[in-house]
Amino acid sequence: MRIKLERVPAPMWVRPLLPVAAIVLTFLLTTVLVLMVNANPLKAYYYFLIAPLSGKVSAIEVLVKATPLLLTGAAVTFAFVGGYWNIGAEGQLYAGATAATAIGLQMHGISPWIAIPLMIVGGFAAGVLWALTPALMKVKLSIDEVVTTLLLNSVALFIVSALLNGPWRDPISQWPQSPEIAPSAIFPKLIPRSRLHLGFLLAVFIILLLWFVLTRTAFGLRMRAVGLGTEAARFAGIDVDRTMLISALVSGGIAGLAGVSEIAGIHYHLIDAISPGYGYTGIIVATLGTLNPWGVALAAFFIGLIDTGA
Amino acid sequence: MSTINAVEMYNIHKRFGTVIASNGVNFSVKQGEIHALLGENGAGKTTLMRMLYGLYRADKGEIRIFGQPADIKSPKDAIQLGVGMVTQHFALVPPLSVTENIILGYTDSFQLNMDAAHQKVAAASKKFGVAVNPTALVKNLSVGQRQRVEILKALYRNAKILILDEPTAVLIPQEIDQLFESLARLRESGLSVIFISHKLNEVMTITDRVTVLRGGIAVGTVKTADSTPAELAKMMVGRETFGVQKASAVHRGKVMLQLQNIAAMDNKGLPALKNISLDVHTGEIVGLAGVSGNGQSELSDVLAGIRPSSGGRIILDGQDVTNAGAAKMMTAGIGRIPEDRHKSVVSEMTVAQNMALEHLSPFIERGLLNHKSIRQHAEKLIADYQIKASPGDKIRTLSGGNMQKVILARVLERNPKAIVVAQPTRGLDVGATEYVRQRLLNQRDRGAAILLISEDLDEILELSDRIAVIYEGEIMGILPAEKATPEQMGLLMSGVRGEVQHAD
Repeated sequence: MRIKLERVPAPMWVRPLLPVAAIVLTFLLTTVLVLMVNANPLKAYYYFLIAPLSGKVSAIEVLVKATPLLLTGAAVTFAFVGGYWNIGAEGQLYAGATAATAIGLQMHGISPWIAIPLMIVGGFAAGVLWALTPALMKVKLSIDEVVTTLLLNSVALFIVSALLNGPWRDPISQWPQSPEIAPSAIFPKLIPRSRLHLGFLLAVFIILLLWFVLTRTAFGLRMRAVGLGTEAARFAGIDVDRTMLISALVSGGIAGLAGVSEIAGIHYHLIDAISPGYGYTGIIVATLGTLNPWGVALAAFFIGLIDTGA
Repeated sequence: MSTINAVEMYNIHKRFGTVIASNGVNFSVKQGEIHALLGENGAGKTTLMRMLYGLYRADKGEIRIFGQPADIKSPKDAIQLGVGMVTQHFALVPPLSVTENIILGYTDSFQLNMDAAHQKVAAASKKFGVAVNPTALVKNLSVGQRQRVEILKALYRNAKILILDEPTAVLIPQEIDQLFESLARLRESGLSVIFISHKLNEVMTITDRVTVLRGGIAVGTVKTADSTPAELAKMMVGRETFGVQKASAVHRGKVMLQLQNIAAMDNKGLPALKNISLDVHTGEIVGLAGVSGNGQSELSDVLAGIRPSSGGRIILDGQDVTNAGAAKMMTAGIGRIPEDRHKSVVSEMTVAQNMALEHLSPFIERGLLNHKSIRQHAEKLIADYQIKASPGDKIRTLSGGNMQKVILARVLERNPKAIVVAQPTRGLDVGATEYVRQRLLNQRDRGAAILLISEDLDEILELSDRIAVIYEGEIMGILPAEKATPEQMGLLMSGVRGEVQHAD
């Protein structure tokens, strides 16, 4: 007898459970690996998931780790909802970080009230600029954005590398890292003697803004229509090209903010390894959060938790 | 007609997920009869025949061919048992010749003798009375000729039972007559034909017996001669049908929608529309008839504002709206009901959102969406248009009829000056079809100018005041509806211009 597979849509109540099921399955699989090295899986999971939250210092560290993921997750979500498959958040993050560094280096003697907004705006603009070429190629020439945005990630990394080994090389240490940005450009700490900085508030604000735009504005509704049914959206008189372009560019800008936040909040100078793949993890955060702003926030904290425990 | 049963199907069950396509169907066809399988879309006709042809397997039930229990696992088994099937989508290779298509996969030796093959096909063509030219290339044949090749292909493989799935859907009236002549001859030679259809007049004309399916159940089998169209319609729908009321008095007014020498390309960049000129007045329905693929879709897209025209002008109420884009054309007063429902609504969005999407401005308050007024708007339309759905349902979950009502409501509530409607009842059941047609007639009586693009000739004849015929992207002629005969329209639809009458 032949077996035929027929695709049946999952019942409504199952759908929100699917990401949960994926996580449970992952834990079951890792249990096997932990057992193979003769360790106690429960103990492993304790250090992984519970221990980080049991101390104040490490709990704050979870928020620190979640900050760039909230931003890249929001960035990817904004693009994906609009039907634009932006795989380039990593490159856009580096563009934002580079701009933030360039501005931060010039801020000596200037008030933080000017320096910090300037860096945020500049980083956003750099992310937009880095997202512009593939977005235009997609809208005007129908060139697949998955390929172009992905390829531009390497280009961004090489430009940063060239800057660090050339004009921005630290004159004192000769390490491939930029000089430190001006003290007035450094994000203030939210909790004294911790690493939690202004970037976290910025990320939370962006998540709220994401929710607001997607659910409360006409543009958000049009954007969702474009993402869910491009042809139907065009039929309904929506300017599909313009909508998609905006969603791609804003996505790039938000990813750029993640770069600003890491420079001004954590490192204070540009280094090669400013992001251990936050742009790519943002894709996981966005999909695990089912492109829902609250889900994205939850996924970012979850991955921040795992990252801290690891 | 003999008394031997060529096909017997007993207690056939088949379900797809939660949908029951066959629920204990019993069905039999005698040798040498033409047997109609009648039912609405989704009644389970095609599913039943796909099980007979080995494309699906029944969950439960028994199939016998000429009295022998048959275990049909694939079309190959079906062909060996003498079952042939001709679907609406022909399985022919266009660049190959008729002979090559017919012998494809049915050659007996390694070496191919084309001359002998041509002769064998010519002999079969003569024997079965199905006229084809063996050396012609399939790509040069008309749809009707291609269908004959498909039928001959089945007969060449020694089919004793021939399944035809809606064979007339793609044909013009003259080709339908030819098909029926061929079928009558084949019946004389002892072939059994299963004729899947939802068109009553055809079933009355050609078949010996009728089995009616409704919702996966065989409602009954009757002798065609002892039955009437009204009786069959009642069996098919499960209630009396009434048709639509067309007010005979035409309140035809000024020219509202004017197409002047419209040209446009298809998706491959080839000319699909050449020089289309047509006037639609207020208070009239102009039907645009034609065989599928002669530029209807492109014209509908151009008038919907989603395909640019490469020449000519579109004038609405004196205003030039050529290539103005969907949003501006709607604002100017064109209502659009497109042929592909799924491409005009966002299926993953809700009924309420889709109803608001074309005109969002009334639902924006101080820059923000007013979700409450979007829902109230939807509730009103759902009540007015008797849509079986709630505002929060995703469009995806709606039946074809309810989906069409959503689109209809969204367009008609704005009382558009002109309405461009394409294939409005394709795939709908009888109830929904009557509803949609009545609504369109009401719009005509209100004074809208309606361009009805349809491949359903009955629909065109029933609703139109004037009928234009399109062939290869050109208007072949315009006739007043009361003077149009199916024969005359058939000629125009096949590109024979004859005497062009202008009914202005």
